[in-house]
Amino acid sequence: MKKLVFAFLVPAVAMGVLVVSAFAQQGDASRGKKMFVDYSCYACHGFSGQNGPGKRLVPMKMATVVFTAYVRSPGTNQMPSYSAKVLSDQQLADIWAYVKTLPDSPEAKDIPLVQQLKAEAGK
Amino acid sequence: MSKPKNTSVGRRGFLKGAAAGAAVSAATLVTPQLTEAQQGGGRGGRGGGRGGAAQPDGATIAREDGTAQPAPVSRIVENPGSDYMCDVIKALGFEYVSFNPGTSFEGLHESLINYTKNSPEIITCTHEENAVAMAHGYAKASGKPMLALLHGTIGVQHAAMAIYNAYGDRVPIVMIAGVGDTAVPAHTAVDLGAMVRDFVKWDHQPDTLAGVGQALIRAYKLAMTPPMAPVLVTVQAELQMGAMPANRPQVPKFTMPSMPSADLASVRQIAKDLMNASNPRINAGRIRTQQGMDMLVQLADLLQCPVGGGGDRMTFPNRHPMAGNGAGGAADVILSLEAGGGGGGGRGGAGGGAKTIVISTAELLATHNYNINGNGVNGDVYIAADPEATLPALIEEVQKLMTPDKKRLFEDRGKKHAEANRAAHAAAVEAASVGWNASPVSLARIAAELWPLIKNDDWSYVSPQAFAGNWANRLWDMNKIYHYLGGQGAGGMGYGAPASVGAALANKKAGRLSINIQTDGDMNYSPGILWTAAHHRIPLLSIMHNNRGYHQEVMFIARAASIRNRGQENSHIGTRLIDPNIDYAMMAKAYGMYSEGPITDPKDLAPALKRGVERIKKGEPVMIDVVTQPRG
Repeated sequence: MKKLVFAFLVPAVAMGVLVVSAFAQQGDASRGKKMFVDYSCYACHGFSGQNGPGKRLVPMKMATVVFTAYVRSPGTNQMPSYSAKVLSDQQLADIWAYVKTLPDSPEAKDIPLVQQLKAEAGK
Repeated sequence: MSKPKNTSVGRRGFLKGAAAGAAVSAATLVTPQLTEAQQGGGRGGRGGGRGGAAQPDGATIAREDGTAQPAPVSRIVENPGSDYMCDVIKALGFEYVSFNPGTSFEGLHESLINYTKNSPEIITCTHEENAVAMAHGYAKASGKPMLALLHGTIGVQHAAMAIYNAYGDRVPIVMIAGVGDTAVPAHTAVDLGAMVRDFVKWDHQPDTLAGVGQALIRAYKLAMTPPMAPVLVTVQAELQMGAMPANRPQVPKFTMPSMPSADLASVRQIAKDLMNASNPRINAGRIRTQQGMDMLVQLADLLQCPVGGGGDRMTFPNRHPMAGNGAGGAADVILSLEAGGGGGGGRGGAGGGAKTIVISTAELLATHNYNINGNGVNGDVYIAADPEATLPALIEEVQKLMTPDKKRLFEDRGKKHAEANRAAHAAAVEAASVGWNASPVSLARIAAELWPLIKNDDWSYVSPQAFAGNWANRLWDMNKIYHYLGGQGAGGMGYGAPASVGAALANKKAGRLSINIQTDGDMNYSPGILWTAAHHRIPLLSIMHNNRGYHQEVMFIARAASIRNRGQENSHIGTRLIDPNIDYAMMAKAYGMYSEGPITDPKDLAPALKRGVERIKKGEPVMIDVVTQPRG
């Protein structure tokens, strides 16, 4: 259900974004999961939201409005931009909500095999 | 190029006769054209002449009542020309010959079976692309060419993609194509080599048996002289099937030319430049042998300068203190060794204001039509020579110029580079934790779980790494020339699976484990290679990187749709391999191979890999299907 909630303003200028909505929709993670696949977000960010050539999305540290502003105008050639015509604010909020549900990775220090590999590489 | 001559009982005539239903016995062949007498004396004798019915003569009656016998014409050829061709093939030392059978080289095929007794060993392939791609992988793992036989026209066309990849990768392959199969007109050509001439180093169609021997020797030498590349000798079916001449041709003398190296004056100047530089760098795109890699290590140790891989093959040990970008700072001299070109041979030489010295054979391979070398590497100094052949003299000159002061200075420099490289390696390893427990499985986890299972054995990573996130290079200790064999050469998919089997064939003899991270798109070009691996007992651990799509194209189509502001709901159309999902474990099983999967839970990965490694150690191929994250 679409619901407007107040969101805090973000220093978007630092991200190269000129206009950022002061309001953000509350997302629906289940709809977002479908959008994440249908819109090929997984292609660059992995089904995990953190594996691939794209920016690591998990853990999601951006607020919804910042996320939306970034997707609208990523300021990089690697990430395509998505206008409101093809992805509404609500749909982006849904994707954001889904990404928030994706589990973070364990710390490297907590994975014995990675530590073993690191020790070997440092020899 | 001369056309094959027809003879009265030649192959063409036989095939026409055979097509008409002439009886063939195991020992003799029926002459294809009956004599006039046997035909009943011409039209009139057939009783069908225009002049009305004629009285049948005795011959006609005999033929019609089934008692007529064709004139016995012996076709036993106990010393066929193809036996001589096998003598030359043996002299060149080929261990294996791969092919999909074709009538245009049946004479040679028969000689390989019964004259040389399957030595070189015949590797049966289900597609000519597999035959040539196997030879591609074999050459990179063994350092020597394999022989591939191709059927006239259609076989060469099937092989064309694999030939193009090998040409782009500068890999030597010797190919023989048969010509003169007139049973099917579409299977012969006046100039068979024409269709691949733009991407072979040399092709030739000899007119005589002795000429075939000379051509094969020349082909081998050209293929193996840098810049290496595939070569093609077209051999007429009649020269294979016909009798050896009374004076059997001698196998021509075979002497490999020495490799082209830089002149001494140039080498001395390069040594001075490197010794006087404050921040020299080496970009090494291609090295031919382990000895070459060892020499490069020696040079880096002397100079204490960073060495960039510069390409997609092993040139330098990835955990050597000088492996990497080092401590940074602008380079003032860059030594570029066979970097750039060669199908993605890596970074070029030019950089900032640095003096760039290129030693490369790229300019010795003039390409036609296809811009396979790109724009090449530019340098302030350009030596058209083989880097590996030049390294001994260069090392000697550097050693001559080394003083205790220089040595101390270089050691201080080296410590900074080593520390920076060590930190970069550690960070690269730590990144493996990202998505560690994710399902589908991360590519880093596959490489991480596999490493402890193989690190105490001799091993070789035989498939391209780029689509698998280069995790093996990040996590594994690669210090041999065969630890990684590189990519496709010209980016043609369908290379990975057969080239891996070809490399595994070479590694089998060397007692090495072969590891293939197999992309799903590539696997589906010609999956019959799995049968070849199973049939010939070629041990190879293939781990499916099953991301269920042509993933790069998913990204590109998504980007294109985004640029056009059209949304991306349709990006999966034409790019994904879903609905139904492909069951690779079942596919491998169908071809006679042990398999497991699909694995989606990363916890199931290590036990499956362990079982797979145990099986390949026993000498059999294995496939483990892992459903993976799209990219690294």
